Amino acid sequence: MAITAPQPQTVFPRQTSSLDARLELPENVVVSRLDELASWCRKNSLWPMPFATACCGIELMATGAARHDLARFGAEVFRFSPRQCDLMIVAGRVVMKMLPVLQRIWLQMSEPKWCISMGACASTGGVFDTYAVVQGIDRFIPVDMYVPGCPPRPEQLIQAIIDLQDKIQREGTITGREFDTAARQLQKRALTESGNPLTLDASRNPVIQRQLAAERSAAAVR
Amino acid sequence: MSVEPETSPEMSTAEVCDAGYQALAAAFPGLETSVFRGQRRVVVPAASLAEAMRQLHQAGFDLLVDVSCVDYLEYRGATSRYGLVYLLANTRTNERLTVRCFVDDPEPTVPSMVPLWPSANWLEREAWDLFGIRFTGHPDLRRLVMPEEFTAHPLRKDYPLQGRGERHNFPVISREQS
Repeated sequence: MAITAPQPQTVFPRQTSSLDARLELPENVVVSRLDELASWCRKNSLWPMPFATACCGIELMATGAARHDLARFGAEVFRFSPRQCDLMIVAGRVVMKMLPVLQRIWLQMSEPKWCISMGACASTGGVFDTYAVVQGIDRFIPVDMYVPGCPPRPEQLIQAIIDLQDKIQREGTITGREFDTAARQLQKRALTESGNPLTLDASRNPVIQRQLAAERSAAAVR
Repeated sequence: MSVEPETSPEMSTAEVCDAGYQALAAAFPGLETSVFRGQRRVVVPAASLAEAMRQLHQAGFDLLVDVSCVDYLEYRGATSRYGLVYLLANTRTNERLTVRCFVDDPEPTVPSMVPLWPSANWLEREAWDLFGIRFTGHPDLRRLVMPEEFTAHPLRKDYPLQGRGERHNFPVISREQS
């Protein structure tokens, strides 16, 4: 009877970071970045501004009501004052006469703020390709999420809110740097124009930093 | 332009309750008229519209139900461009009367009915807004539904359905500005 030797098991050493070496963390203590903490708070307490102008507004109401229960995602507090809101949900077509109102409400909302364009009409004008209907609100105000559908089901709107929560957690910063898109574009452009391989954050890439240091020293020698 | 002869044979003129119309016909002989499903319709020339409507108001038509407008551009058989339609009702006798009046470009103009029926105020503003019919004597002839800075009259048949770019004429708010 052959005895098979026990296969050597791969042992994964406990991942240790430099932080662990220095800090003895007590139980139930998590170390994170302030940006992530702020984003975590923000994404779980979105207060929507319901800009409901058409049948999408009915689905928006259904999303907030008992069956679909938007409270599960912390976004059930619909406020009708833009000062108290940080998520504008544009549900329905926006006509020429309504657009200045929409823009004013958007400007009145305090930062950080996001915008969901709900339904075909808000996103593209939908079937209303006429003189009076704005062909998509993203022509005139920034939009973070688009929800397709005519009108979308409440599940679709909930999916958009979940995706927006992911986006907030991923990109959010405590100071709102992520809204400064011009500066971000400038940063990206500077990276591509510098000829170095494109990375999101060159200052933390050791390879690029070594290359840059070598170039600097070579230039200093010359 | 003639009103289409759609009088149904089983609905004779005798059954039509049109005492108010008969008074009008006595004062203005030769008006174009017809009956459709028991209701009287009459065409009044624009020149005599004010006097005819005043007489109808005195004859007991105390309710102006609607003022609307039709653009007959390129319509077969049409001789005038715009047809104004006034729907009148007498709430005591339940008599109803449709008064039509045809006007033409340029400057289609009719007298305002606001002095007779205050309900004409917004109805005429709407006709001015969407068709560009001028109502002389109207106390407040502003646009009703379109934005105030709008210049065209969009329900005219020669106005393109998608507009002339007015719907794109707004400031763009970017992330940096908001």
